[in-house]
Amino acid sequence: MIKKEPFFWIAVSCGLVIMAFILIPLIQMLAAPSFSILQETIQDKDVVRSIWLSIYTAGLAALIAFVFGTPLAYILARTSFRGKQLIESIIDLPIVIPHPVVGIAILSVAGKGHWLGQIFNELGVRIMGSVTGIVVVLTFVGLPFYVNAVKNGFESIPPRLENVSRSLGASMFSTFARITFPLAWRSMLIGIIMCSARAISEFGAVVIVAYHPMIAPVLLYERFEAYGLKYSQPVAVWLVSICLALFLILRILTLRNAEKT
Amino acid sequence: MIAIENVNIRLGEFDLREINLSIEKNEFFILMGPTGAGKTVLLEAIAGLIRVDTGRIVVGGRDVTALSPEKRGISIVYQDYSLFPHLTVRENITYGLHFHRMPKNEADKRFGRLVDELDLAHLLHRLPTNLSGGENQRVALARALIVNPQVLLLDEPLSALDPGFREDLRKGLKRLHEHTEATFLMVTHDFSEALSLADRAAVMDGGQIKQVGGMKEIFQKPESTFVADFVGMKNLFTASFHDTKAAIDGLEVELGRSPDNGHGYIAIRPEDVVLSRKKLHSSMRNSFRGKVTDVADQGLYYEVGITVEGVTFKSLITKSALFDLEVGEGSDICLSFKATAIHPF
Repeated sequence: MIKKEPFFWIAVSCGLVIMAFILIPLIQMLAAPSFSILQETIQDKDVVRSIWLSIYTAGLAALIAFVFGTPLAYILARTSFRGKQLIESIIDLPIVIPHPVVGIAILSVAGKGHWLGQIFNELGVRIMGSVTGIVVVLTFVGLPFYVNAVKNGFESIPPRLENVSRSLGASMFSTFARITFPLAWRSMLIGIIMCSARAISEFGAVVIVAYHPMIAPVLLYERFEAYGLKYSQPVAVWLVSICLALFLILRILTLRNAEKT
Repeated sequence: MIAIENVNIRLGEFDLREINLSIEKNEFFILMGPTGAGKTVLLEAIAGLIRVDTGRIVVGGRDVTALSPEKRGISIVYQDYSLFPHLTVRENITYGLHFHRMPKNEADKRFGRLVDELDLAHLLHRLPTNLSGGENQRVALARALIVNPQVLLLDEPLSALDPGFREDLRKGLKRLHEHTEATFLMVTHDFSEALSLADRAAVMDGGQIKQVGGMKEIFQKPESTFVADFVGMKNLFTASFHDTKAAIDGLEVELGRSPDNGHGYIAIRPEDVVLSRKKLHSSMRNSFRGKVTDVADQGLYYEVGITVEGVTFKSLITKSALFDLEVGEGSDICLSFKATAIHPF
């Protein structure tokens, strides 16, 4: 057998360090709270309410990304035009902007000082300290993940399939419904998972726009500030477990359907 | 059937300029040219998949220039066949029927006939991913033809196949053309493919049509050096076949086999025609004495025209061979070629 070079062992060691770096804190956190404390925590109405709020605001954000992001992703995947790169960079902006800045930016158009804020006000829509505000923030930070995943999905479908469909008599809409969508829906599901995962983890922007009603990360932070590590750990465990379980279910559903087709 | 008038397409890196083409109903027309000549672009323009900047495309007497692809009644088969990977073979073939008002019994009849003709019955429940190249091609043809298109566009349908299968599928394609009313327009860069399939053809290069005409005309009277080079085979004759022999006017040549699908032509590449001062005693079955009527300098080679009993052959020889053989206009010479060098079609 050929002897492995030192570089190989350096690479392996680096990999092990990274694995340990990610896993040790997570395992420690998960293992720290006792079973009885966990049981007690999940009976705490505030905890349940905040986790539920986190999940459904993130879900709503993903739904909005799906509705508005899918056509945009399709256009970006299928056409080339001057300024396309600019649009792609704009879509990536929410990823690179510091989170509190996102919150401040959203608040600055939501107030009565801004025409948009005035329109919202007249429509009776409140952003500051409301579920609407949370959904707005989560959509803002989650959108790029959805658009990019779905754009890649569309790009991997040869345009010729759509051409053939059109030449066989299908309109643009029928072609999308019968060819493009069935071939791209897995990337859409991945996009939805990525977008909602990103949304659930958002703290910095939400805490500025809506401290109340409390989403799970804000509750976590409050428990940590007020009572310390011990009281925030169980909430964290529940949040992480429920999210992982949800994503796992989505993933399994995707794979099962993929085998069928 | 198809009339393309002054069509110009600008695609940034590449243009189609002043395309004029007229194709008859039920014709098998071939579009030839090297890679990058713009053949596929022209096909996609006819299908309505690429917008034409100026000019007109008329199909079946109807101006379709501004019509979207689904309203044109033109089917397309791509080089990679582009089968829908998530649909079974049956669903692929019947895809177009969703969008065409066709009585159920007629649709069933068409489906049955195409499945029979293309030998697809055993594949109907399979997904395209695990089909062979030839099977893919047959499914793509059935899918394109089931909607009864006025025109079938074929983009190098044979080039992705093993050479062994190509001959069979070429015959299949020819048979299919005879059994349908559709006008076939096929792109290829293979000249022998063109010869065995089409009556008429156009040669394209650099986004322009260089020559349009009958196969024989393009063969014998290339209008430009590009077409001449592209065509390559200079010796094309009308011939009548009997047994293993072919008669060109009065001259009889030995084929060594009976032609399987001869349509009255034979072709011999000029480099296969060997010249000598005396009759060669070799395995070459065809050997004639003739007179040199023409010597043309072609750079590395000389093209020599030799007339035997009123039939003129072209031969390519090197400068040194020209010198050794003392070839000049009017000199007597012997020419020979193998039976296998003759392409009947």
